[in-house]
Amino acid sequence: MADFCSLAEAVAANVRDGDCVAMEGFTHLIPFAAAHEVLRQGRRHLTLVRMTPDLIYDQLIGMGVADRLVFSWGGNPGVGSLHRLRDAVENDWPQPLQLEEHSHAAMANAYEAGAANMPFAAFRGYIGVDLPKVNPRIRSIECPFTGERLAAVPAIRPDVTIIHAQRADRAGNVLLDGIVGVQKQAVLAAKRAIVTVEETVDELAAPGLNCVVLPAWTVTAIAVVPGGAYPSYAQGYYRRANSFYTQWDEISRDRDRFRAWMQEQVLERGPEVFRAYSPRAR
Amino acid sequence: MAMDAPAGTFSASEMMTVVAARALRNRDVCFVGIGAPSAACNLARLTHAPEITLIYESGTIGARPTVLPLSIGDGELCETALTTVSVPEMFRYWLQGGRITVGFLSGAQMDRHANLNTTVVGEYRKPKVRLPGGGGAPEIASSCQEIFITIPMSRRSFVEHLPFVTSLGHGSGPGSRAALGLTTQGPTRVMTDLCVLEPDPDSCELVVTSLHPGVTQEAARAACGWPLRFSPSLAVTAAPTAQELQVLRDLQARSAAAHQEAS
Repeated sequence: MADFCSLAEAVAANVRDGDCVAMEGFTHLIPFAAAHEVLRQGRRHLTLVRMTPDLIYDQLIGMGVADRLVFSWGGNPGVGSLHRLRDAVENDWPQPLQLEEHSHAAMANAYEAGAANMPFAAFRGYIGVDLPKVNPRIRSIECPFTGERLAAVPAIRPDVTIIHAQRADRAGNVLLDGIVGVQKQAVLAAKRAIVTVEETVDELAAPGLNCVVLPAWTVTAIAVVPGGAYPSYAQGYYRRANSFYTQWDEISRDRDRFRAWMQEQVLERGPEVFRAYSPRAR
Repeated sequence: MAMDAPAGTFSASEMMTVVAARALRNRDVCFVGIGAPSAACNLARLTHAPEITLIYESGTIGARPTVLPLSIGDGELCETALTTVSVPEMFRYWLQGGRITVGFLSGAQMDRHANLNTTVVGEYRKPKVRLPGGGGAPEIASSCQEIFITIPMSRRSFVEHLPFVTSLGHGSGPGSRAALGLTTQGPTRVMTDLCVLEPDPDSCELVVTSLHPGVTQEAARAACGWPLRFSPSLAVTAAPTAQELQVLRDLQARSAAAHQEAS
């Protein structure tokens, strides 16, 4: 059952050195505040799983938190490279980073397999391409009914999944809507789940009957962190800070400038700074 | 001036977006890649193909954005979409399910058979340049009924040998796709800043079918890393119309302003 606690308590209790951690949110609802807390608590040797590493993993990788990255598209969307990710892969800075690279279809299927408690996912993919040659975890299986060769990838089963959602009710049921990505699958595939939310409410007040609701008993810890998805966005609360994604290109390009920025903006601060990004919470 | 009259000056990049937009049809269900494809797809929607269904891999189906999204998951897409589905559903039911008529891709590098690389330059384990990777492209390239590609032309991007095949075009030539069990068409058209190329029906090699106004065969050859061939029925691309340019420039101006605004 979901415990309401501070973000620091949620991370301290649920994220351990060496864990496989998935922080999901497809452009929308990316849990930046929680990632920053993982950094402040000095976690090391993580396997980071995420379809689109985005700025959130660029920051973690650049600070040397991760030994391994499982991903499917590692760019700054619409802007260019993730410079910290590139520096880790091309120059082993600040430390070597092992890659397990997939396609989006493979990762989406692998999360779904994890949620369904299946050992692997089968799908029609990776046809005629080179990724299976460099990733031994991409294999194939013959359909027992038709004989068709299908791609197979292992289920993703994170030790902990971290997501950001719009709101939780006082019982700890969580609602997210808009672009919902793979968060439901990632939470249900994980041993533990941390959710940061914009606010708690008396009634979830789902805008439609079919938006994603995670029952309280599927979530381990909930921390209220208004603005916690900035510079990504929370539909209905605040918009994506596209200008920050553009600025990140400059901030992250240089190692010293990156480190200085992380020191000043992340390590020396706390989750309360995110409140400023949520107009409702200000 | 009539709205379909040829416009005055235009850039090579504008020509590329306009000719890419023209390839789309009103009835298409189009899986939109980020960047250049997104501009072309929305230009088509705002001009000759108002009923086109634009699908972004973030799960938005029937998006009608007023500004171009910076990312494929901007709120603008969800707010204007007919519906939004989860990412697993998008890839399983809609893409793998065979519902998409056109996948619109770009890439860092392409070979003569329209295979694309967006993964690495150099060795995979020790790359000279680590590119973003495939994202949705490997399965878009195999599952959509046909593929359009838009990519600026240069010797760095049009290469003899790809260091890495991120998404499949026509493989090593005729029969490659069929041998892999594929029944989809693969790339049928490539729109660049200099010309339009289409695969030769016999060899599957990309040949130039149309040169943009003012572009010579020599200029196209100079921007290509393999010995470029031209169609016997080589045409000249119609210049952007005043309307096409106006709609494109308005769209890009709105988008640039929107991306600068504070959150």
